[in-house]
Amino acid sequence: MSNKYTRRTVLAGAATAAAVLSAPTVMASGKPRVVVIGGGAGGATAARYIAKDSKGAIDVTLIEPTRKYYTCFFSNLYLGGFREYESIGHSYGGLAASFGVNVVHDWAVDIDRSAKTVALAGGGSVGYDRLVLSPGIDFVDGAVPGWDVTSQNKMPHAYKAGSQSQLLKAQLDGMREGGTIVVLPPPNPYRCPPGPYERISMMAHSMKMNNPTAKILVFDPKEKFSKMGLFQEAWEKHYPGMIEWVGGEFGQISEVRPNTMEVNLDGEIIKADVCNVIPAMKAGIIAEKAGLTNDTGWCDIVPATMQSRADENIHVLGDATNNGDMPKSGYSANSQAKAAAMAIRAALTGSKAFAPKFSNTCWSLVATDDGIKVGASYEATDEKIAKVDGFISQTGEKADLRKQTYEESIGWYAGITTDMFG
Amino acid sequence: MGALTVMIRKASKVSIFRYLLVATIGLVFSSSMAVAVEVGDAEKGKKIFAKCKSCHMVGDGAKNRVGPHLNKIFGRSAAGIDGFKYSKAMLRAGADGLTWSPEKLDLYIENPKSLVTGTRMNFRGIKNKDDRQNLLAYLRGFSASPRDIPESAPTATRSDPEIDSAILAIEGDPDYGAYLSSECTTCHQASGSDEGIPSITGWPNEDFVIAMHAYKGKARPHPVMQMIAGRLSNDEIASLAVYFNSLAE
Repeated sequence: MSNKYTRRTVLAGAATAAAVLSAPTVMASGKPRVVVIGGGAGGATAARYIAKDSKGAIDVTLIEPTRKYYTCFFSNLYLGGFREYESIGHSYGGLAASFGVNVVHDWAVDIDRSAKTVALAGGGSVGYDRLVLSPGIDFVDGAVPGWDVTSQNKMPHAYKAGSQSQLLKAQLDGMREGGTIVVLPPPNPYRCPPGPYERISMMAHSMKMNNPTAKILVFDPKEKFSKMGLFQEAWEKHYPGMIEWVGGEFGQISEVRPNTMEVNLDGEIIKADVCNVIPAMKAGIIAEKAGLTNDTGWCDIVPATMQSRADENIHVLGDATNNGDMPKSGYSANSQAKAAAMAIRAALTGSKAFAPKFSNTCWSLVATDDGIKVGASYEATDEKIAKVDGFISQTGEKADLRKQTYEESIGWYAGITTDMFG
Repeated sequence: MGALTVMIRKASKVSIFRYLLVATIGLVFSSSMAVAVEVGDAEKGKKIFAKCKSCHMVGDGAKNRVGPHLNKIFGRSAAGIDGFKYSKAMLRAGADGLTWSPEKLDLYIENPKSLVTGTRMNFRGIKNKDDRQNLLAYLRGFSASPRDIPESAPTATRSDPEIDSAILAIEGDPDYGAYLSSECTTCHQASGSDEGIPSITGWPNEDFVIAMHAYKGKARPHPVMQMIAGRLSNDEIASLAVYFNSLAE
């Protein structure tokens, strides 16, 4: 065999590497392998912490279809005109370059739990000793009659940030003068409890600036929602007469008609110019395919380690979990990822595991320089992640405190995205 | 006016049960509780104010100098004088809701950094409790209606502001601190960035420890930090202090 490296031999080498990837049992590295599915607040944090803290002793592969990750948190600020789109986008280059994470841009389509392999949409599979599953959410089929993903370009959900956020913003910006925006928040439990209401605030802010006779109608299946008093106070103060929220029994819609942009509210047909449909949610579909979900569609976990109750080799993070008291938020997923990373390192390399500390804070922007927050600390008990202590912004707070809360949220955004992506 | 008189006056506004409780606590802890309610000697305080004079003015025609004037300081919000150039740390404390009550002033004068890390008040503090009380008594004379200054209810003193020297002497474990720091770095950056969220790297260990204990005892007002610090043990705080101090460039 020639010693010269020609383009052909290099390519052949690449092909061999790919073949090895698809046949993990052949791999001879000897290092324990962790595969992470999903590169969001849970998955990216877990990949980074395992790689960083094991100092090369663990092979970490992150499987994430998108090359650039757009955070759901702060995507509402983009809708409101407070953030540029690119400012919420993050690449995986730092995880690969600074922490040695093997970043694979592909869809994980299935998990073979007995062989401990993950099948990729692009062909081939990756083997693991421990799997971190952080798949986020998917929508429950038929949750909003008349709506499915084929209608998401007419009635966007914008509840996975990216092109959906851009579409919703374009629709808002292009709406006729005095048009009607309809928002359909989801039933509990769902990703980011204050999210729909921060979004309504940001829509109202944008309309106040550009289209002040526009109206926002909200039909909510819930009687109450996160930070309700704070949001309602803000709506009355900043956007009087612009937002109409109907909740509970009267907020249940019968169907949506994407082709004619209509919402059927118990026989009454409402014509929408923009309609933001946020359907009921469940754990990302791969969790269900792998048999890791309970009958409500979420993944039960062991609180201290985030291991699936169904499979001790799999740790589930973030929105996909049914964990007890922690809300589905990016902050929560980031916090859970660190507990899981520590447990995984302890299991694979014998490093020390301490008692995990969980915490969460959700900031929401309701108007210019007017931020509010809610948060809590948590601990692992045998049956759930249980709340220890918490706090919430108060109605009637002074403007300088609200401004500071908003500035704090900007600092937090910089902090958590650095914590996720390096 | 003795401590007991004040307590009884306060107690008349609340339930008999609370009165009895307060009275009992008052008897048991009378020496330490008295600090929160006893009015010091203004004459002695005037002499102590000499230490403050190079930076602060008080009284008729007092102006801002290196430090803000101290007229009507009681009840004033931290960083509450428009136009005075406060430190970023003091502005944050004011926005968080820090108000100069007698207890907060007492804490601040004892060690300015325990309450506002990063304050420009470059003063090592007055350790003697009686001296502080005398100084406060003097300053009260320059608030609009000193009679109306709300006396602190005895139960409002949540913790002894002085940190036990044994706590300050705990040697932190930087590795344990590194592990614990992951809870902090969701918001505070290891790079020391100070945008929106304060930098916590490179602080002297003691400053870090007293600041965290001030949150834990709820002397500092920020709710997130009160919650986070509230469940940290003395060893954990010491370890975090060593770790974040080591991150300084």
